[in-house]
Amino acid sequence: MIVGNRKSLEEILQLVKPYKKILLLGCRECITVCAAGGEREVGVLASELKLSRMKDGQDIDIKEHTLERQCDFEYIDQIKPFVDEYEAIVSMACGAGIQYTAERFPKKVVLPAINTTFLGVTLEQGVWSERCQGCGECILHLTGGICPVARCAKSLFNGPCGGSSTGKCEVNKETDCAWQLIVDRLKGLGQLDKYEEVILEKDWTTSRDGGPRKRIREDLKLG
Amino acid sequence: MKTKSNIERLLEAGKFVVTSECGPPRGADAEVIRKKGELLKGVVDAVNVTDNQTSIVRMSSLASCLILKEMGFDPIWQVVCRDRNRIAIQSDILGASALGINNILCLSGDHQSFGDHPKAKNVYDIDSIQLIHTVKTLRDEGKFLGGEELKGKPNLFIGAAENPFGDPFEIRAMRLGKKVKVGCDFIQTQGIYNLEKFEKWMEMVRDRGLHEKCAILAGVIPLKSAGMAKHMKKNVPGMDVPDALIDRLSGVPKEKQAEEGIKICVEMIQRLKEIKGVRGVHIMAIEWEQKVAEIAKASGLLPRP
Repeated sequence: MIVGNRKSLEEILQLVKPYKKILLLGCRECITVCAAGGEREVGVLASELKLSRMKDGQDIDIKEHTLERQCDFEYIDQIKPFVDEYEAIVSMACGAGIQYTAERFPKKVVLPAINTTFLGVTLEQGVWSERCQGCGECILHLTGGICPVARCAKSLFNGPCGGSSTGKCEVNKETDCAWQLIVDRLKGLGQLDKYEEVILEKDWTTSRDGGPRKRIREDLKLG
Repeated sequence: MKTKSNIERLLEAGKFVVTSECGPPRGADAEVIRKKGELLKGVVDAVNVTDNQTSIVRMSSLASCLILKEMGFDPIWQVVCRDRNRIAIQSDILGASALGINNILCLSGDHQSFGDHPKAKNVYDIDSIQLIHTVKTLRDEGKFLGGEELKGKPNLFIGAAENPFGDPFEIRAMRLGKKVKVGCDFIQTQGIYNLEKFEKWMEMVRDRGLHEKCAILAGVIPLKSAGMAKHMKKNVPGMDVPDALIDRLSGVPKEKQAEEGIKICVEMIQRLKEIKGVRGVHIMAIEWEQKVAEIAKASGLLPRP
């Protein structure tokens, strides 16, 4: 899933400072699962904003609304009937959702309440961890199912570097060394010989380096 | 001979080589490099010039190499993958060769979070092994990574670093094997304090016959004090400093610890010289270049050929 963090209350207060009527828009997809911008978080942020503004004598009118998704116009359009009643939309979706909401309403100010961070997994209740950078050319079959692009601080294709120590990364002692994980897993699979294969220079054109990406499935397109 | 490198020449002649390193200054003063150079004259066969080591911005490695070259040294130009992509690196390789640089040391580079610009974006378009492959492709195939032919092949003796003490230990010789496979001519190791572990690593290296395809220069870092030894053990990732060594340094009065550190370093070099497959020694006297001559002399490494 896409994982994000809510911005601090101070930062959001600063963003909404000029406005008296805002639409606080959550999303029920990934950002709900990672407990950053779902219905519950929309409610919490709305209360925090109202309380803070009330204390400053600057009351604010907030409409809370959470969509199925903010990455589909089909759902975004559900706010059409009332969006004009508000001066600004504060989106609690991921970066894609925030942008798509803005794209749908060209004359409406759309503000981000979420810092989108990574594609990851739930390690345990309240803990998420990065797994993928969407580089567009998966090599997990070569690396025992562990991605060095996303999980090595240097994205080394032929690691580990000299800073791998007792299974941890030199950058952060809390972070596992991806290459230690890869070696352990290859060993467990009886495939340590794969480690000896040199992975040559990566073609980054499938990654962000090739420019903004688009995927087209002709067979699914209508008309 | 593949190149005009002084260390390649000496290694081919079967000599035990001596290298050291020189860290460029945090400023544009060429005199700092020249002063460090003066301390190493006649003491080493080649001198490494670090590339923004520990991610702290310094005078460029290539520029500093040229200053040392003008003094008569054969510099080993260190290049990290952190700051430049394959376009910039290949361009610099051509430039370095055109300026008469004969040696390159291919490194992945310390992560920027350790340095003075932790907010920087890192590059890592290629890694150190892919960098070795890049230099080899330019030099021996006369081709860019993109596949097109170049005019005027860069003539560099290709080096890399390896840390026999990094984890996981069991793949450390295998990893060297990958470097050799893509064209590494020589290796300089991380500073050695744990001789027993290094010998184990060398055994794995010899089992694979890597010492015959690639010259291994054993790294040493003289210790200035027991405090420095403890700091390295605790804070420098991938550094293996045995407690016995820390105890030995702690056992002498503070003012004598530096002298003891030099003694330890000399003893280490003498033992490393005896290990089959060790073709030279790389003395990293960090901001202590004035001691390299003393260490080389006491280790019986002078005069240089």
